[in-house]
Amino acid sequence: MHSRSNTTSRTRTRRAARAAAAALAGALAFSLTACGGDDGDGGNETDGGANETASTVTLPKLNGETLEVAAVWTGPEQANFKKVLQEFEKRTGAKVTFVPAQDPIINFLGSKIAGGAPPDIAMLPQVGAIKQAVDKGWAKPVGAEAQEQLAKNYSQGWQDLGKVDGKQYGVYYKAANKSLIWYNTQVLENAGAEEPKTWDDLLTTAQTVYDSGVTPFSIGGADGWTLTDWFENVYLSQAGPEKYDQLAQHEIKWTDPSVTEALTTLAEIWGKKDYIAGGADGALQTEFPASVTQTFTGGDQPKAGMVFEGDFVQVNIAETDAEVGTDAKVFAFPAVGDTAPVVSGGDAAVILEDSKAAQALATFLASPDAATIQAELGGYLSPNKNVDPSAYPNAVQQEMAKSLVAAGDDFRFDMSDQAPQAFGGTPGKGEWKALQDFLKNPKDVKGTQEQLEADAAAAYGN
Amino acid sequence: MMSSAPTAGVPEPKIPGAPPRKHKSVTGTRRTVAALFLLPALVLLGALVVYPIGYSVVRSFYDQSGDGFAGFDNYEALFTDDGIRTALKNNIIWVVFAPTIATALGLIFAVLTERVRWGTAFKLVVFMPMAISMLAAGIIFRLVYDQDPDKGIANAVWVGVHDTFAQSSAFPKAHPGRESPLEAAGGGAFVTKEPVRLGEPVALPLVGVAPDQMPGDAARAVAAKADPGKVTGTTWQDFTRGKGVGTLGAPDASELGYPGMRIEAVKDGRVVASTTAADDGTFTLPAAAEGAQLRLPADNFKEPYNGLDWLGPSLVTPAIIGSYIWMWAGFAMVLIAAGLAGVPRELLEAARVDGANEWQVFRRVTVPLLAPVLAVVTVTLMINVLKIFDLVFIIAPGSSQDDANVLALELYRKGFSEDQPGIASAIAVFLLLLVIPVMWFNVRRLRREVRR
Repeated sequence: MHSRSNTTSRTRTRRAARAAAAALAGALAFSLTACGGDDGDGGNETDGGANETASTVTLPKLNGETLEVAAVWTGPEQANFKKVLQEFEKRTGAKVTFVPAQDPIINFLGSKIAGGAPPDIAMLPQVGAIKQAVDKGWAKPVGAEAQEQLAKNYSQGWQDLGKVDGKQYGVYYKAANKSLIWYNTQVLENAGAEEPKTWDDLLTTAQTVYDSGVTPFSIGGADGWTLTDWFENVYLSQAGPEKYDQLAQHEIKWTDPSVTEALTTLAEIWGKKDYIAGGADGALQTEFPASVTQTFTGGDQPKAGMVFEGDFVQVNIAETDAEVGTDAKVFAFPAVGDTAPVVSGGDAAVILEDSKAAQALATFLASPDAATIQAELGGYLSPNKNVDPSAYPNAVQQEMAKSLVAAGDDFRFDMSDQAPQAFGGTPGKGEWKALQDFLKNPKDVKGTQEQLEADAAAAYGN
Repeated sequence: MMSSAPTAGVPEPKIPGAPPRKHKSVTGTRRTVAALFLLPALVLLGALVVYPIGYSVVRSFYDQSGDGFAGFDNYEALFTDDGIRTALKNNIIWVVFAPTIATALGLIFAVLTERVRWGTAFKLVVFMPMAISMLAAGIIFRLVYDQDPDKGIANAVWVGVHDTFAQSSAFPKAHPGRESPLEAAGGGAFVTKEPVRLGEPVALPLVGVAPDQMPGDAARAVAAKADPGKVTGTTWQDFTRGKGVGTLGAPDASELGYPGMRIEAVKDGRVVASTTAADDGTFTLPAAAEGAQLRLPADNFKEPYNGLDWLGPSLVTPAIIGSYIWMWAGFAMVLIAAGLAGVPRELLEAARVDGANEWQVFRRVTVPLLAPVLAVVTVTLMINVLKIFDLVFIIAPGSSQDDANVLALELYRKGFSEDQPGIASAIAVFLLLLVIPVMWFNVRRLRREVRR
């Protein structure tokens, strides 16, 4: 049971582990303007289809059509998405089937396509996956209606993420903010510590928490992706977006001095055995869900005070007695360099079998109507700027949604999700494994870099 | 399959015309009829076994995309890739240890249960793990081997045994806070920066012990009174919940002393006096401590023993083999017990009458008589072990999956998560080659059994 739920939530979170958002601070003003300005556009359309609910998008009548949608979502995430599909069925009369897929979805689709029965639409979690699907000739560009919705509802950055060679293939339906540190309110209160704004503040906070008798950080090191996310945040903030993009494309080597600096910075936390729950060895056997729950159980004496990861952490907090917003709070990943990092991820809908119905569903998913339905159900962030923040069920989510929209184009997509699967997304291999080894032996910055470079060179093929 | 289909199809129309003349075997069955009856089995075997094997062999000579002929590149990767080499090494460890230990245990259980009254009940219990799927067993053992002694029973037992012999200390994470008069002295001990003087109370503040984890007899810390003929002082937790350190370097109202903290006065590397702190953290050292540095020795701060790193890189393979044996020793036991039932009692009796002791009977009579059964069990387990996948996949955490890797798991990873079907096929073919001699041995053995 235990391990099974681990694997499911790992899958879910890897999925969720992509989307965008911004520094939580100072987001409010921006997002309010953004929403206010766009209200007019949404209202001036007349519905062609059924209109029980307020509708901002015209959908054709598709009685008798059937569609298959593949995604790796499980549990509540899948259930919530199915509600969105139900609304689509209600409005158009088409029949939509959800096809549960496995990670990595691109290989899953490969076997489906080889078998001659691809789903009509797949939700792809990686930028790299969209490009792969296009290169292999699987993906079909989205039509005018969907593009119109995208132009109206999405910032340029989110539109561009779905483009390959200037053509729009992906419709980003779901976003994740991966630059958050969640903390146990009681622990920081007991220690008399404050939410940090900079990396140095974070070290001070960590020391204070440690002095109070609680281990500062919980790291789910058994899952390599939590470690790559740590690195990406430090690197983006310290080396800057340009270097980040170059490293993501492997245009600079992993032996670059900027990587040395980022790893050395990271070692300021990873290198202190007492800062990590269970020490490095314990962290390496802690899966992500356990790393969250152990931070929010145990009263005044949890195993750790803070845990770093994206907005989807709240799904795991929900498994404990802690209440998001009171017992569990969140602050933005502190600035290591000049500005705080905003690392994001997201799932994009890509059409594999072109049809009127598939185009209509892509259009629907690009509309605020679809996103609002899932936003109300919780555990979800939409990059769609025309979703009313009040649709989100709690204050923490509303704030994350607002800051996501406010970030505009000022974010970077998860680096390991841009990398080839063999380097950035395979347990026990490539970047995951190298950073796990680094967590175990944080003094070996040089060796880690060489390992990373060797693996990257093999995976990128250059 | 290909060759059998035409033979089945061609002669058929002729049957009504000329029945008795053609293709009659001694038993009077026509070949066509035989072929007809064989056809379903051949089709199934062909489609489900021969074709996939053939295709894997072909695929293993093509590159990643399946378009270009790659020659032996994939096989070369098999022996140069570090991951596959580890997998190969682990597979050898598995094949050597898992079947032998499981068979040996099965033999012991079988021989012993034959002698006890509740033998059947015991056999039932030992056999029970076989009723569980590999996946479920994997999940169970993932928990058994959990690092946290509160969750993992393996470490709970280990730590329990360890702690009966070595006590852990009361203040494992205590350390000097900001602007502390103490500094680290190596090996986990702390020492005052300045020598102490008679009549000047010393403050030894530390932080890092949570209030809930303080010993029950800890009392409110008080500043020590000056005593002109002695060295006095206080050692306490200089941290107030919710307020940080409070007054730095002086006991605040809610701060607790460190009862039982050992304090040594060190002069020129020699311990001249030592004492332990009272419940309120105060301590007194004799005049001999004048001018010495005070040291808090490392055994005050010894970390609680956390058990073995079962699923760490070095122990993960033996740990998983352990779980495999837990499952399969029962299987070995049942087969060997069945073999044992067929051993003629007279031989054992004769040996006993001849004066052999029980060990000699076991070693010289029972085991040789059981040898064929033991061989079958070992070989069956070997085949089983060669394709081991689920236990490794589930039990090994992501961080040590590389160290626990076996060929079948590497096949899966290459084929399905790294999108390298060529190399995966090469691994599959290699595995097949490894299994063939063992299978050949088993088939030959079976034939001989039948003939006998």
